[in-house]
Amino acid sequence: MNRSQILDLYFVDARHKLIDLAAFLDRYERAEGAEDFRMAAFRTAVLELSKGNNDKARQVLLAFSDPTTEPIPAATTKAACGAWPGVQ
Amino acid sequence: MRYIEPHAHMVSRVTDDYVHMVTAGCAAVCEPAFWAGYDRSSAAGFYDYFRQLTEHEPKRAAKFGLPHYCWLCINPKESEDVKLADDVLAIIPEFLDRPTVLGIGEIGLNKNSRNEITVLEKHVDLAARHNQLILVHTPHLEDKLKGTRLIMDVIRNDSRIQPGRVIIDHVEEHTVQMVLDAGLWAGMTLYPESKCSPARAVDMVERYGDERIWMNCACDWGVSDPLAVPKTALEMRKRGHSAAAIDKLIFQNPARFLAQCPKFKIPEG
Ligand SMILES: [Zn+2]
Repeated sequence: MNRSQILDLYFVDARHKLIDLAAFLDRYERAEGAEDFRMAAFRTAVLELSKGNNDKARQVLLAFSDPTTEPIPAATTKAACGAWPGVQ
Repeated sequence: MRYIEPHAHMVSRVTDDYVHMVTAGCAAVCEPAFWAGYDRSSAAGFYDYFRQLTEHEPKRAAKFGLPHYCWLCINPKESEDVKLADDVLAIIPEFLDRPTVLGIGEIGLNKNSRNEITVLEKHVDLAARHNQLILVHTPHLEDKLKGTRLIMDVIRNDSRIQPGRVIIDHVEEHTVQMVLDAGLWAGMTLYPESKCSPARAVDMVERYGDERIWMNCACDWGVSDPLAVPKTALEMRKRGHSAAAIDKLIFQNPARFLAQCPKFKIPEG
């Protein structure tokens, strides 16, 4: 598909998702409380969108990922929260 | 259109889902053993679950002419308890010869802990000793990258395992390349809220090719869609992929991997 065809197929959907994302950030910033590691990772991930790389989806996923290589001593929970707590 | 659903937890679904899947062209469904949403209290709970997977569920699917296969294991979410895992591993061999059991799965990691790795190694050993195919679950969200690397280390470290007989499921853009480069198969899971959307799955096929890759819905008791595979076929059509290319991805590829187990009969198209 050429760029025009991709826009015809996906532009309105991507626009919708971008506005939803902006509204989420507005909602978050209207609320009280301290920033936590999830939003730190989120802001790093958002920056990837304006870089010229052709692997933005991968870079966004990496921004949320645990980069360490050693197994953890024990699993104390079953769930994942979406971002690595070690992110500053 | 015909397709194989290679990963669906039908024990958690209503019978209407079988009707919808068959209506959409599903020609065979495969069900890996997984977490029930709560921890089972003993190996006896798993024994009953394995009977459900090998006796009851194939009958439920057969009412709609749908062949049902399964994979057996104790899943990574219950693998922190090594004693329980050992008890479950001990009962799996008596089910392995049943006519619809395709292999060991879905094994893998959840939080990437030492005990989870120990139990994964035991499953890989069991698969090697019984010459079974392996289906691997990779961790969720922030744990996926690290978990995929650790899982690949375990598989690489067991020289009895041929990579072409292992599928690493739930790949995303940051893990698909390393899985394919290692000669393993890759599974893309289509979920409404996490893992992969139809558009991203098709992107990955366009970027990384359509060899050694399949798509699945992994529908279970959570938010999931049993028709995610045919809906992704529609996405491919919208992008101009040919009927032959779609058939390769959603029928021929899973058939090629699964037929490495002689018990899997390729459905007539
Ligand atoms: Zn699953």
